[in-house]
Amino acid sequence: MTSLRFVLRLAVREARATRRRLLLLTSAVTAGVAALVAINSFTDNLQRSVQGQAQALMGADLSLTARQPLSARAAALADTLACGGGRPPCREGAIARLTTFSAMAYVPRTLGTRLVQVSAVDGGYPFYGEIRTAPAAAWSTLQQGRRVLVDPSLLTALNAGVGDSLSLGETRFAISGTVLSAPGDVGIRSAFGPRIFIPGRYLPDTRLLTFGARAEYETLVRLPHGADPERLAARVRPAFRAEQVRIRTVADDRQSLSDALTRLGRYLGLVALVALLLGGLGVASAVHVLVRQKQPTIAVLRCRGATSGKIFAVYLVQAAGIGLVGSIAGAALGALVQLLLPAVLHDFLPVDVAVTPSVPAIALGLLTGVWTAVAFALLPLLAVRRVPPLAALRRDYETVAAPPDRWRWPAAAVVALSVVLLAALQVGNWRSGVIFAAGIGAALGALRLAAELLVRAVRRWTPAGWPYVWRQGLANLHRPGNQTVTVVLSIGFGAFLLSILLLMQHTLLRQLDVAGGPARPNLVLFDIQPEQHAGVDSVVRAAGLPVGGATPIVPMRILSIKGRPVTQLLADSGGGSRRAGSRRGGRGEASNGWALRREYRSTYRDTVVASERLVAGRWWTGPSADSLVDISVEQGLARELGAIVGDEIIWDVQGVPVVSRITSLREVDWARFEPNFFVVFRAGILDGAPQTLVSLTRVADAGARGRLQRRLAERFANVTTVDLSSVQQAVERLVDRVVLAIRFMALFSLATGAVVLVGAVATSRYQRLREGALLKTLGATRGQVLRVVVAEYMALGLLAAVVAIGLATLAGWGIAHWVFDAPFALPALPIALLALFVAGGTAAVGALNSLDVVFRTPLAVLRAE
Amino acid sequence: MLRCQSLTQTYLSGGRELTVLKDITFTLEPGGFLAIVGPSGSGKTTLLGLLAGLDRPTRGTVHLDGQELGALDEDQRAELRGAKVGFVFQSFQLIPTLTARENVQVPLELRGEEGGARADELLGRVGLADRGHHYPAQLSGGEQQRVALARAFSNRPRILFADEPTGNLDVRTGAGVIDLMTELNRELGTTLVLVTHDLDLAARARRTIRLADGAIVADSAA
Repeated sequence: MTSLRFVLRLAVREARATRRRLLLLTSAVTAGVAALVAINSFTDNLQRSVQGQAQALMGADLSLTARQPLSARAAALADTLACGGGRPPCREGAIARLTTFSAMAYVPRTLGTRLVQVSAVDGGYPFYGEIRTAPAAAWSTLQQGRRVLVDPSLLTALNAGVGDSLSLGETRFAISGTVLSAPGDVGIRSAFGPRIFIPGRYLPDTRLLTFGARAEYETLVRLPHGADPERLAARVRPAFRAEQVRIRTVADDRQSLSDALTRLGRYLGLVALVALLLGGLGVASAVHVLVRQKQPTIAVLRCRGATSGKIFAVYLVQAAGIGLVGSIAGAALGALVQLLLPAVLHDFLPVDVAVTPSVPAIALGLLTGVWTAVAFALLPLLAVRRVPPLAALRRDYETVAAPPDRWRWPAAAVVALSVVLLAALQVGNWRSGVIFAAGIGAALGALRLAAELLVRAVRRWTPAGWPYVWRQGLANLHRPGNQTVTVVLSIGFGAFLLSILLLMQHTLLRQLDVAGGPARPNLVLFDIQPEQHAGVDSVVRAAGLPVGGATPIVPMRILSIKGRPVTQLLADSGGGSRRAGSRRGGRGEASNGWALRREYRSTYRDTVVASERLVAGRWWTGPSADSLVDISVEQGLARELGAIVGDEIIWDVQGVPVVSRITSLREVDWARFEPNFFVVFRAGILDGAPQTLVSLTRVADAGARGRLQRRLAERFANVTTVDLSSVQQAVERLVDRVVLAIRFMALFSLATGAVVLVGAVATSRYQRLREGALLKTLGATRGQVLRVVVAEYMALGLLAAVVAIGLATLAGWGIAHWVFDAPFALPALPIALLALFVAGGTAAVGALNSLDVVFRTPLAVLRAE
Repeated sequence: MLRCQSLTQTYLSGGRELTVLKDITFTLEPGGFLAIVGPSGSGKTTLLGLLAGLDRPTRGTVHLDGQELGALDEDQRAELRGAKVGFVFQSFQLIPTLTARENVQVPLELRGEEGGARADELLGRVGLADRGHHYPAQLSGGEQQRVALARAFSNRPRILFADEPTGNLDVRTGAGVIDLMTELNRELGTTLVLVTHDLDLAARARRTIRLADGAIVADSAA
């Protein structure tokens, strides 16, 4: 018989005897593979959908966006574009306009008021894709009068219906239907204000876009047949940039959307990979025990002339088989699970996703599963090679002072490299792979260390006064051949992921807690024109509410820094795109394009407010030293602009140049719901500049808040009132959704933990049966035996939870402190509930799998001796 | 002390009914010392298990200290064992995660008693006073069986069942264990039931029942 045939045959025969155990072992990798296949397959589908729907998402071939209406020159350029670069007018191309801004919508019949996102539509938008409405013809008839189409959620919020009249600014529209889906609308966005559509020609009648109002002006271009959007866009981009207009093609959108979704999928995939690696750990631990139990068989085979290499191969083939069976089951499960993913992620998805199993994702899942099982089995399987034939004669044969296996380090290296490789494959680059592997290694190492210390502590300090059954249960944690550390590791990692999510969610949301402070304002009044100030104040006062001082806001742009014009600075920095510029980070080169180009909404005052702190320079006091205006700049922005205290900045304030000098830098707590500013001017120079005012008040009662918003909407239509508690709810919903998606993936880790636990229970089943029988022989009732079992698993679960939560707290504190720069807070109740859930779940799984220990008659067990 | 009537036990094995014990009837007086002997597979251990209430017989009855075991449920039988029965096994059956002293305490602790002093006394009695804090793995076979013996006597049993107690020990150590058992039997008046296939050992009993193919083929008291 050839070696290969011998190995395969023996592997199959050997597996037959321990079929049930091996089957259980296969499920250790199942959950991980399922999670991987599900998320990767879903990402593939998403990519396909984005590729197919990108044009419908934009609704056009080209999009031009700006913060102000297009200048005559830019508009002319857009017309030329629509003719494919030719001279307008032309027959084929077309232009549509979308003006989007926030405003207060008000239904007179129901007195309902709500902040909405208004889109005023001109022209044939969308050129591609469709806007689905109810009734179906509502979109095509929108332009036929003063009509408005609204998000269905708005009708609920305003207690209104189709046919009602909706007041927007100084005019009224008839609600002619609801928008079921619009291209590119991401569900989560409506949380910040439901979207409504009005015909663009009635926009001026609303008189909402007064001075200082923020709006996005988008011009959508349909190109003539055969025109190349990329080439055209490249040609006109510099001209538009000079006009502060951004141009995007469908390919640009497709690319950025695809990048974002790939990142989302990849990082969720990492959470799935964790589940798989925990499964690998479960395999390693089970193989370790299995090898010990197989020693007599192996010794007999060795006596009969099998080489250690052949025997090693037999068990390695078994491990691969375990991986394959588990992975096939996982891939099948994953194909089912991905059907659930759209439900979990739908708030983030801009496209409809057709869910079909992705062959590359399934192949990758199978490969990863088998490889993980084999790589993790290697190290414990090395022991197979060292079982001496003599062990067949003497059961307790121990090799005395055997030198350490020289293959140990190579095997360990295979495991480490595998983790790096799998992570790199998942994230798409080596660096992240190494970081991930190191992170996982560190977390597992810390979990393991903590678990071992705790086991040791339990062993040493179990109180002698505790009832016997509890002491026995705890003692089982350090029984010979126990798998305490493996189980704590696999359950603990799942619990660690869940608790760190809980901690981060709590820390982030607590920062935004506006309802918490009874004195904190919760209603912000935007866009108050100076002449409306007194009137608005009197409405607020008439409602019996406190009126804070109004904060002036002056829009402006940067003209030059340290004598160098912005155009020159932009040219030097490569004209960095807006996307590349992070608002507060300032990482990397050429990232300050946005900071140079953006419109600043600055204020002027002579005091430092509570949400800011001076970090450099001095705040102005007394009269100004010279003609330069003192300003204070937020430190992140200063970094991005490359400016320091003493530098000169010239601003364009509505056409008037204002020369300023930085005299201080501030750190700003942006999370505080208060008017915060990048740039604060010394009071005086801007007093007469065109400006709007922001005012704050606090209305504890939601009903009163609604009444005030309504009264303001009636009298001062252009004043936008933002209810901070609804903003807070929206943010909470957003964070909840993100957390839900990650938590969903983390559950797979917990599922793997449960499988590893069941495996561990099965491994020590024989020993437990014997002990249970023995205790019963000595007079223990079934209840007492059950309590021993429950005590053991409860302790195991509690151990995992305590270790996991302890580490998560440490990690969470670090993240809060160094990443979010936020005070760390422990949500005591949810964390306690999580610990209880993990401990209770572990006890339940353990006890259910030990029922025969409790119920088998003692004689049946003792006879089997 | 112990009375069994028409005790029969059958098992299903590979789809066929296998009769392990056939119609066993005998009575043992309090303080008696009975050896049950017979070749492997003759049903010795099964009989011992039924006598101690570790399983229910297919037919027949067992009375232990006046109590009919068939009338008790499993937990009641366990409580009866905890109160009146001691056990010694061939493979010692100590709980590996407990020290010698804790192993001796177990039967008392299961009844809610502390039992530390009693454990020390018994360990002293079996010559292991200074080994109480050792785990089973740290003890030799003979020492483990002596701990098992101390455990068997810790609840002051009215009857002690021993299943091949010397089977895993060398001759000298085995003899020591039996000496100890008979001594305790005499001192405390405990009834002894010993299963063995060692005829020398059986000879030390006051009565011997020989089993073959699940039936009594000889009873020295008869």
